Parts: sequence; structure tokens; C-alpha cells
Amino acid sequence: MAQTKLTVNGKAYTVDVDPEMPLLWAIRDFVGLKGTKFGCGMAQCGACTVHLNGTPIRSCSTPVSVVKGQKITTIEGIGTPDHLHAVQQAWIDEQVTQCGYCQSGQIMSAVALLKEKPKPTDEDIDLYMQGNICRCGTYQRVRKAIHRAAESVQNTSAPTGKKTASLER
Amino acid sequence: MKTSAINRRNFLKTGGSASVLLALGFSVPAHSEEVLLHKIPQNTLGLEFSPYILIDDTGKITILNPRPDMGQGTYQSMPALVAEELEVSMDQIHISQTNGQGKYGSQLSGGSSSVRTRWMPMRKAGAAVKEMLIQAAANKWQVSSEECYAKEARVFHKPSGKSFTYAELVGDASKLDVPKNPKLKDPKDFKLLGKSMPKPDVPLKVTGTAEFGIDVDLPGMLYASIERCPAIHGKVVSFDGAAALKVPSVKNVLKAERAMPHKTVETVAVLATSYWAALQGRKKLKIKWAAVDNNTLSTEKFSAQMHELAKQEGHDFEGNQGDFAKAYGEAAKKIQATYETPFAAHAAMEPVNATVWVKDDSVEIWAPVQGPDGTIGELSQYLGLKPEQVKVNVTFLGGAFGRKAYLDFVKEAAYLSKQAKAPVKLIWTREDDMTQGPYRPAMLSVLEGGIDANGKVTALHHKIISESIQKQVFKANITGKADGWAEEGVGAKDSPMAIPNIRRSYLNASTDLPILWWRSVYASTNVFGHESFVDELAHAAGKDPLDLRLELFKDSPRFVKVLETVAEKSGYREKLPAGKARGLAIARSFSTICAHVFTVAKTADGIKIEKVVSVIDCGMTVNPDNIKAQTESNLVYGLTAALKSPIVFADGAVQQSNFHNYPVLRINEIPQMEVHIIENQEAPGGVGEPGLPPVAPALANALFNLTGKRQRKFPLELV
Repeated sequence: MAQTKLTVNGKAYTVDVDPEMPLLWAIRDFVGLKGTKFGCGMAQCGACTVHLNGTPIRSCSTPVSVVKGQKITTIEGIGTPDHLHAVQQAWIDEQVTQCGYCQSGQIMSAVALLKEKPKPTDEDIDLYMQGNICRCGTYQRVRKAIHRAAESVQNTSAPTGKKTASLER
Repeated sequence: MKTSAINRRNFLKTGGSASVLLALGFSVPAHSEEVLLHKIPQNTLGLEFSPYILIDDTGKITILNPRPDMGQGTYQSMPALVAEELEVSMDQIHISQTNGQGKYGSQLSGGSSSVRTRWMPMRKAGAAVKEMLIQAAANKWQVSSEECYAKEARVFHKPSGKSFTYAELVGDASKLDVPKNPKLKDPKDFKLLGKSMPKPDVPLKVTGTAEFGIDVDLPGMLYASIERCPAIHGKVVSFDGAAALKVPSVKNVLKAERAMPHKTVETVAVLATSYWAALQGRKKLKIKWAAVDNNTLSTEKFSAQMHELAKQEGHDFEGNQGDFAKAYGEAAKKIQATYETPFAAHAAMEPVNATVWVKDDSVEIWAPVQGPDGTIGELSQYLGLKPEQVKVNVTFLGGAFGRKAYLDFVKEAAYLSKQAKAPVKLIWTREDDMTQGPYRPAMLSVLEGGIDANGKVTALHHKIISESIQKQVFKANITGKADGWAEEGVGAKDSPMAIPNIRRSYLNASTDLPILWWRSVYASTNVFGHESFVDELAHAAGKDPLDLRLELFKDSPRFVKVLETVAEKSGYREKLPAGKARGLAIARSFSTICAHVFTVAKTADGIKIEKVVSVIDCGMTVNPDNIKAQTESNLVYGLTAALKSPIVFADGAVQQSNFHNYPVLRINEIPQMEVHIIENQEAPGGVGEPGLPPVAPALANALFNLTGKRQRKFPLELV
């Protein structure tokens, strides 16, 4: 056990854990943020995706000792129901989620993709997002939502705040 | 269509300002389909009346959702049925989950049953409350209720334009008699039903704020991880937990048990103050197992057993017609084929988990279960408690596909909580999930068809060979007869083919490998052989597969409409360039008809599934956009089963353990999907599953049309 300093969504936390503990469990069970999910424990499914200094990592396979002091962002740091990120808004507009369990990870990957490629093609999306499994099979809507978010970011360059969805398509 | 009688209301007095509360519910027939499917004690059946709609005098309107949401959309569809008739909008209501008590009727999400069984009762509940609120307003104004109407949680007096909010009326309304036959809206006046509506759970799920079972925390709880015998059915000869106990935060190591419906087996559990510590401790356990039935569990041997059984005469299902043997004997052309599907895992994204607190005289459960009522029934039996001593809190389910109606994991957590005298949160690892089952049962379809000299199909026999869920999980005796559940998707009820001599028969192949329903259950496997074979018959008869189906379903206009629509939307009759082909399949399951047309293409990297056009007829709809989403979901889920690894039990263990060796479809592998919904006024059918059964045969038929090679076994190869 060791005192480890974590910076999650801009807030500092000190957790007393096994240095080998994956960041996932430190975030969920010690920091207390539950939006990051456990799916496979071996970086196969992407449900646990968070950002480390803005880059997506699989928190289930990253020991806390590796990330201490660095900038970690979870789904809770991306946006809230009242202040949605453009990607989250696009997810609502396209009604992407079904069970929703993998979607924190999907959104974390999508946010990072759009930072790298503000106007991704389908191929870019497929390449970047294939580490995120969705058993409900929401992939087609994930693609559409990423395109929609790309457009809205280009049009407004600011996160939207509206809560309702239009289903015109 | 199931109906209900509303004949009792409940008053609930609460403290504070919200002292008046109108609560109303409805009865649910005790013998509804899903109650029969889910064995629960008689005293938890839905014989009472219950509050589904709560309105307090602050104006808060709460609608209870009786069906756990596992992604299929009941969190929107169930409240929408009430809100439509109650004349409130979806953003004026709070949604809460029912807690499994008998008074709420069957609360099992399963069998694609929620909308089709709750369509009338939920609407009637809403309509009755609306009539009471209108009457209360009319009484206050001393006018006829005919002059009043409800809209947006207010009652208006038409001539004067005066209005009251529901909050202002609830006290008076609660003193009125409940109308026995409230007037339901004409579907043409629907504002919510049949319209694509945003689901209220989506904002929660995109911000990480939706609570799943795995997210539940209780003060002082211990985390548990359990080591189970690789052979599944194990006995603990001895175990050494000393090293595990040395792991910091590990508090306890104990022998435990996994109670499956067919067998209770021994396990060893590690309890710790963090989940990671429990996992680390578990790795340090030294256990000597005595595997039970080690020699009999083998999926290869089971397959051989099914093929051996195929030589025997099957037991007839009900609804056979004509004389198959005679017609087949006389047929000008005879064809036979055997199709095989393997065991499959559910692999929901959220591994099964449960948080349970067994106290002296009660137990409280927080878990992603498909049925809180079944959870009360099974857990009270397991713990020797009365149903009223068991409290269940249903969370969102991170996928389920049938798995989370099998309550072994809740019992495991209860067992540990009882021993540890503390709340326990048990989380299965992905490896636990894949290696321990239960699984979709493997099955064999033996098909024989006869065609006369004019190219007419005169005889068809589908012999189904499989282990029985009804037998293994529900202890039904099916000796010497057909398992009535096992003909889903291809039986006389689901597949009304105009073939004069048609026979469906069954043989039971026995195994202890834990099995369970898996999205669309037997239809998910039966339809593969059946609909592939219809194409084989078409080719043998020299007919186009669509034309043969139009001929076979000529007496079933809804099938014909779905076939014609899918043909039109997919451009089925248009010629494709060389190197591309289409394939079609159709099936009815859970009272809904669905057809897919696949387009496949030869590419430098093998065969690519380019596009799927789907048509679904599920009768009247609640949320068309969600029906499209569910159909897309069924395509992806069905394709994974058809194309990816089977579950193989060999050398004393299941060989697949995680997504690296049990891969599932990823975003780069999906075809373009286009879903069309038939609009009609038929009774609602299921939505969560019926898209799945025709997936594999439509693909297999397309692959045959492209390559000339008929594939009769999963995984289908894209070469």
C-alpha cells in the first residue's frame, strides 16, 4: 500500500492503495467516480477508457503508480447532464445508447479522436474506435454521432447546452 | 391482447407538505406468459393491485417501470404507455423501478414481452387516473365532465378556459371511485406512442451518471471474487487461503457455493475491502478440486451425441399437418441437410454482479437482474425467508440478453453476506462470465424436404435436437415428448408455411453444461437451419428463394407484406454486378415478423458483408426509433454468433475466457444497416429479439449465392 496522488478531472485526490492497482479500481472505488466501467480487465473492450494527459488509455490495465500526478480525465470530466460536451449531445441526438454500459468508454475514445482528427472519415472512425466493444451493437449510431459532433464542433466550437433531442433523420 | 381490471385504489399518507398522494395500479393476469416462464412462488404472483402512478400535491408525477431496462428501452416505453393516456409529457414525469413485490405483477424483462403484455394495462391505468382527475375538476367547477379535458398535466374547462393542475386535483380525485372501463384514446390521437421519442436514460448514460449494478456502494461492504472449478461442477477437496489472507485488505477466505438450477457446486471466495485486493487474494488461493462429471462435459462429445440422436425417430410437436412420410416417399425430388449451431456466451458488457446485505431477519439486494419478482421468489427460497423479508433494488442492466434472469450470482453474494455478516458486493470477472456459463445450448436441425414434379414443395420435416432449458433450468419432465419451447421460430404458430405435409419433431440431447435462454432463445438457432433449407428447397425446385417464400406464405398476408417490402427496399429484383450477391431470410418470433436481405461482396480481403436491409412488422409501435435500434442491435449480436468463436468445452474447461479468444463484432466489421418498420394497427409484438433469428440464414443464403458453397455450421466463413 502506498499513498498515491491522483489528479482526476482537475481535482487532486490522495488514495492509499497497492501501487499495482489498476487506475480503473482506484477511480471507481477510491475516488468514487463510477462512470468508468469494468468490462474485461485486459484492455480488450475499452469500457474503462479514460484520458491520461488528453490521450485515451485503458484504465483497467494501467497501474496507479504509472499515472500518479498526471492529468486524468474521466467521463464525469467531459460534461454533465446540464453541461453536455458536443460529443455527448451528438450521442443524445443520434440516440446511440442502449444498455449504455460501454458508452463512457466510447465517448472518451470519440472525444480523443475528434481532437486528433476534427473531421474524421468512416475509415478514421473505424480504425480509432475498434478498441471499444458494444454488445448492444450501437456502432452505426456511434459513427453517425461522431460525424454529427464533428459538424457541431466546427459550426459552434463550443459545447452545447440543450437537453432535448431531435430525431429528424 | 391481455386486459386488466382496475378495481382498487390505494391511498398513501406521507408526512410533510406532500400529504396527499393518488396511487393507482392494475391487476396482471396470474398466468401471463412470462410468469409461466419464470418459476416463482405462488404468493409473489401478480394477483393483487398496485400503485403504478403516483401524483402528490406538489405536482410530482411518478410512473413506475415494471420491466428492468437492459438496453431494450423499457425505461421509456413503459412510462410512455401511461403518460399517453394520463395526458402528461415525458419531461413531466419521474420514472422509478418497481421492486419486485407481487402486487406489481410479472416484472421479468424477457421473451420480448414488455410492450406486448403491458400495452393495455399500462394505458388503462393512465386513462383511469385521467378520468378521475377530470371528474374531480368537473365537481369543483360544478360542470359536466363532458365539458372538460386533460392536457399537459392540467384539466381544462373547455367553455371557460379555466384550468387546474393535477396537483390541485389529486386530493379530490383520490376520493373518487376508480372507473372500471376507462375510455382509451384512439390511436390516431396518440401524441407519444408510435412517435420516435428520445429515451430519458440516454443523457444519464452519456454522462456516466446512470447507476448500474456494479456501481452500487454500501458503507462497510466487502468486495468478493470467487474461484470456481474450471470444470464448472466442482467439489472442494481442500483449500489453503493463507497466502490470500496475507494480501493487504483481504479480510476473509471461505468455502462457498454456487447454486445453479440444476446443481449446486462448491467454490472458494475471497472477501476484501477493495475489489482489486479480492482479485489478488484469489490468485493466491491453493485449491484441490474434485471435478464432478469431468469426463462427460465435452462440447465435441455433445455434438457427436446430437448427430447420433439424429438417426432416431423424433417426438412430434403439436400442429403437424398432412402425412410427411408418405408425401416425402412420393416426392419427385428429395433433399436432406443437417445444420448445427454451437454453444454461445451472452457476454453482456457489464459482468454479472450483485450487492447483497443479509441481516438477521431480512435481506436487501441491489443488482442488475432481469426480474426483481423472480429474485424475491428465488432468494427467499434459497435463504429460507418469507418473500416480504426480501427487498430488491433494480439498477440499470449493462446488457443481459437472458443471462441476468439466472440468479446464481445473487445467491452467491447472499451466501457470502450471510457468512461474513456484512454487505457484500460480488463482481464476476469476464473470465468467470465466459468460462462458467450458462450458455445458449448447441443444437442440431435435421431437415428433409420433398418437391413434386411441378416444383411444388409437398413435404417438409424439421427435426430439432438440443438440450432443454425447460428441463435443465425449470425441472420440466419432457421424457418421451417434444419440448414445447424448443420449436420457437419454426413451429406451427410462428411459421405458417403452406406446405401440405409438414412435420416438426424433437429429440432431447442431455448435458450438464449450464444452459439458458440467449437472445431470441431457440429461434436464434432453429431459424438458421430452417430458413437456410428453404433456400435449398428453392434452388432444388428451380425457383427464386423470394418467390418460393411468397408461395409458402401466401396464406399469411403479414409475411407477404414483409417479404414484398424487404424486396422493394433492398432492390432484391435488381441485378447485381459480378462478385456480389444477396440473401434473404424471414421469421416470426415473439409475435413479430422480421426479414433481412444481406448483400455480400468478394473483395481482395475475403468476403465483405456490405449491407443489410431489414423489415420488421411488430404491429402498433411505442417508439419506432428504438425499434430500429433494437433491430440494428439484433443484427450485430446475431452476426457475432454466426461469425465468431463458439464456446468449446474441452480438457476439463471452457476454452474461451475473454474477448481476445471469444471475439465479438467491432465497429469496423459491421455492415451498413437500414431498418424499415411496417405500419399497421395490429396488436404489438416483441421488439428486443425478433430481429435476430433471420440474421444467420440470410447471411448464409447470401454467401451461398455468392460462392455456390452451402455453409451449414457456425462459424460461417467469409471466404
